[in-house]
Amino acid sequence: MNTTLERKEVKESANVEHQNDQRSVKISVRDLDLFYGENQALYQVSLDIREKEVTALIGPSGCGKSTFLRTLNRMNDLIDSVRINGDIHINGNNIYQSKDVIELRTKVGMVFQKPNLFPMSIYDNVAYGPRMQGIKNKKELNKIVEESLRGAAIWDEVKDRLKTSALGLSGGQQQRVCIARAIAMKPDVILMDEPTSALDPISTLKVEELIAHLKKDYTIVIVTHNMQQAARVSDKTAFFLNGEVIEFEQTDQIFSMPKDSRTEDYVTGRFG
Amino acid sequence: MPNPSEVKQTNKSNRLKYIMEFISEKLFLICALISVLSLFLIIGFVFFKGSNPFIADGYSFIDFIFGSDWIPSEDKYGIFPMIVASIYATIGALVIGVPIGLLTAIFLSEIAPKPIAKIISPAVQLLAGIPSVLYGVFGLAIIVPFLQNNLGLVKGQSLIAVILVLAIMMLPTIVTVAETAIRAVPKTYREGSLALGASPIGTIFKVVVPAAKSGIMAAIVLGLGRAIGETMAVILVAGNSLIIPTSLTDSVRPLTTNIALEMGYAYGTHQEMLFATGIVLFSFILILNFVLAKISSKGGK
Repeated sequence: MNTTLERKEVKESANVEHQNDQRSVKISVRDLDLFYGENQALYQVSLDIREKEVTALIGPSGCGKSTFLRTLNRMNDLIDSVRINGDIHINGNNIYQSKDVIELRTKVGMVFQKPNLFPMSIYDNVAYGPRMQGIKNKKELNKIVEESLRGAAIWDEVKDRLKTSALGLSGGQQQRVCIARAIAMKPDVILMDEPTSALDPISTLKVEELIAHLKKDYTIVIVTHNMQQAARVSDKTAFFLNGEVIEFEQTDQIFSMPKDSRTEDYVTGRFG
Repeated sequence: MPNPSEVKQTNKSNRLKYIMEFISEKLFLICALISVLSLFLIIGFVFFKGSNPFIADGYSFIDFIFGSDWIPSEDKYGIFPMIVASIYATIGALVIGVPIGLLTAIFLSEIAPKPIAKIISPAVQLLAGIPSVLYGVFGLAIIVPFLQNNLGLVKGQSLIAVILVLAIMMLPTIVTVAETAIRAVPKTYREGSLALGASPIGTIFKVVVPAAKSGIMAAIVLGLGRAIGETMAVILVAGNSLIIPTSLTDSVRPLTTNIALEMGYAYGTHQEMLFATGIVLFSFILILNFVLAKISSKGGK
């Protein structure tokens, strides 16, 4: 059963590969170095992430993949000692030259490792971002909340309890509300930092299905420790090792015929 | 195979250990009981002495609470002006102290760069360690003359002076407790909010502070307790007149100062009435503690 599934995936990826050339580059990273104080965490990272694709970042713990993900919406700015060289363009704008971090983060949403819904109602959680943008009209908010929850495939499960605390939901439901909260901002890009690592297998499956569905509208970059997950959900995969991108290719190629022996060692489970 | 004398010796030293264990356990228990015992002794003593006039001598408790004349030489004991003064002073101190304290706590935990926080934080904690009489002296030397000169008062000792001194005195309590509560808010909430394009200040007021709500409420109630029970500093700046205050510039006598001022020379019923004043004060504190317990148990859920 597993093999048929994989074969299907491969087929789909092959189709995607075909269309690839028409897709424009959404995020372009050039020669990115990142330092935590004296320690360099990223070395000369250059990647082109295409629109409406799922790009997976894999690699052993501490390889810099989460750090890289967090440069894309400047979440690393929260750490004082971080220093960055190089360029990141999103939609053609250099995000580290612009001063408007808020604008960037409304365009580049993020879903975290653990569901981090605020201790308020489901409705208020999803409406949080739009409200922060100054949307006060109740009808408009209702519409955004419903659309977002539908978009995250959780509307039917929560529609009768929108006003109850979001923390009463199961972990998997919470993570999908987190995704709804992110898409309520109508972002271009959604970053996901190991979004299923705290979830059980069934919830994981639901989130993966959701990702497959979301890529019709959004560019998704996902960090994952689970290589099957990378193989299942992503179009392209970047393999990080010690702060460098070792290989960045079509996902099926990374998993079936990696060019670099280190990639092969990692994806076949010889280390990591 | 160990020889018998060795076995005996180890047993003996073990027995010694058990005895030591027993003794130290009891020692801990006795130490712990001392505070409980003190509590019951104080409550028992105050209630016994304070309830005597109402039970044995037939004074009316209602007249005591709502009577507006306190003239011990004429056998009139009404503490209503003092209750009102205590409540006004405490509420006034809250109105000034809570916003300043909370904003300080937020600044220290969320906004201040580390070097600045390292100066302000110990300063606030030191404020808690200053003996209350020095607050009174400060109030008397700075605040009272300032009010006297700028508001054109005959006498600077007034309700507003009490409020200002108490507001400063409750700051350290509010700041430290609220700061701890705010720091305990998971970092993931902040990240989640910032990642949604919220500004840092928006994040603080919409996510962080609401998440720390129960801790902040506890901070306020503790500050309140500090204000209502304060005696020494209040005596020096209150003016101690026995009137129901109608303006902020009136001279007042809160419950605590009434006890402290008169206990030294009071005897008989007068002394017992001062204990009764203590009962009223103690009831306020009990209510506050009850509220605090309610808040903390809610926060735990």
